[in-house]
Amino acid sequence: MAYSKNVREAYQGTLATIKDAGLFKQERFIHSVQDAEIEVEFPAGAAPKRVINMCANNYLGLSSHPDVIKAAHEGLDSRGYGLSSVRFICGTQDIHRELEEKVSEFLGTEDTILFPSCMDANAGVFEAILTAEDVMISDRLVHASIIDGMRLAPAIHDTFKHSNMLHLEQKLQLHSDKRIKVVITDGVFSMDGDTAKLDEMVALCEKYDAMLFVDESHSSGFIGKTGRGTHEYCGVLGKIDIITTTFGKALGGASGGCVSGRKELVEMCRQKARPYLFSNTIAPVVVSGVLSVLDTLSKSTERRDKLEANTAFWRKGLTEAGFVLKDGNTPIVPVMLFNAKLAQDFSRDLFDEGIYAIGFFFPVVPNGQARIRTQISAAHDIHHLEKALTAFRKVGEKHGILGKTKQEIIEKYGA
Amino acid sequence: MENLKEVILQYVINEYLEDDSVEVTFETPLLTKGIVDSFSMVSLKRFLESKYEIQIPDDRATPEAFDSVSKIAELVDEFID
Ligand SMILES: Cc1ncc(COP(=O)(O)O)c(C=O)c1O
Repeated sequence: MAYSKNVREAYQGTLATIKDAGLFKQERFIHSVQDAEIEVEFPAGAAPKRVINMCANNYLGLSSHPDVIKAAHEGLDSRGYGLSSVRFICGTQDIHRELEEKVSEFLGTEDTILFPSCMDANAGVFEAILTAEDVMISDRLVHASIIDGMRLAPAIHDTFKHSNMLHLEQKLQLHSDKRIKVVITDGVFSMDGDTAKLDEMVALCEKYDAMLFVDESHSSGFIGKTGRGTHEYCGVLGKIDIITTTFGKALGGASGGCVSGRKELVEMCRQKARPYLFSNTIAPVVVSGVLSVLDTLSKSTERRDKLEANTAFWRKGLTEAGFVLKDGNTPIVPVMLFNAKLAQDFSRDLFDEGIYAIGFFFPVVPNGQARIRTQISAAHDIHHLEKALTAFRKVGEKHGILGKTKQEIIEKYGA
Repeated sequence: MENLKEVILQYVINEYLEDDSVEVTFETPLLTKGIVDSFSMVSLKRFLESKYEIQIPDDRATPEAFDSVSKIAELVDEFID
């Protein structure tokens, strides 16, 4: 055994530093299924408390929907629990290919390849399709998993200011000598809830002969008239070269992800992407669940329509109450508090009022931009949102921030 | 040399600062202060190479050599001559 006292103490020191900086993450145990209302044990050891959940990625309310659970059961019975293999040895069932085809149909792409997660899709895709002669040009606010994926790729990397099309164009000009250029963005940005300008990006990519990559994890299933994603919302269906997305949020919430897009790129991933080649296949229960989700969403827009109405209600209510929100029209609604301690106190007070919503602060968001990120779901009914609004108003009143501007809040609490 | 420094400073301000709240001078440590990350150094190097029609070898484009406008100007100056 070589875990010496010195080594242990070194790690204990590092962990203490994280704690002292107020950055230590503590998990809270949930004793129920994922839904609009959940039972949370907080603090650890306390009796579970029933609260309204305002921070799940369960946008369509399908995570514990009876139809999805039924489909998962059927998958379990007919295809078993696991396959104990990666895809290319003996881990591909008929339903895996069926899901890949269904996803392509849903997203309007040429082909799709499943990954164990969208983190894995983003980690594997760039290395699989790019060489040292190429360039990746990414928005400065893309998700951490994309950053990790770009680090693994041999191509050079550059960035453009968030959603700044002028800056992107300058970068496309600067790198015009590169063999392959890929512009990289999230469709909906997970911390701010704003939407990429995909129509303008498509036009720039056509002008400068670049490919466009979009991570649709926070859009697939509900953004756009029929929920296909940001490309539908921006009127550029069929024009995105590479889409990655997750099944771990709106599309059932279990796990799994994919790369979907031009068929040669998908095939390159099948041949070369390391998280695909060297990690186990997705479990049949999950595949069956996602198949039923896509089936439901293709037949009816009822759930995304309800989500849209809920989102409008929620944004209007918070605005009228006098909170500072980030602009946008997605179900990700950040309530800006700017100060990290205020965000933590606010979250705790909300919990006392029966509302579960988490504070985000540096380093997850930039310094001085602390917030409560609320996420709306089709599982919410208006009475949930009314109760949550009452609690937000009460806690906002307590901290004296209702009707206050950004400057006034920062003057009062510091940034 | 002063002119070179001005050009580089202006580029850094336009390229990396999101707002006017941060002040950057010729001597501000760019990487250690987190104004430029090592990823974004690429665009700065490419900008200088195309503007001054030079080639800076990768082994000279180190984080240390790029840590302030003055240092970058020295490096570029060497290759212009
Ligand atoms: C934008 C974005 N991409 C990728 C992921 C990772 O997805 P998964 O949970 O499937 O690994 C997330 C989830 O946090 C995300 O928000």
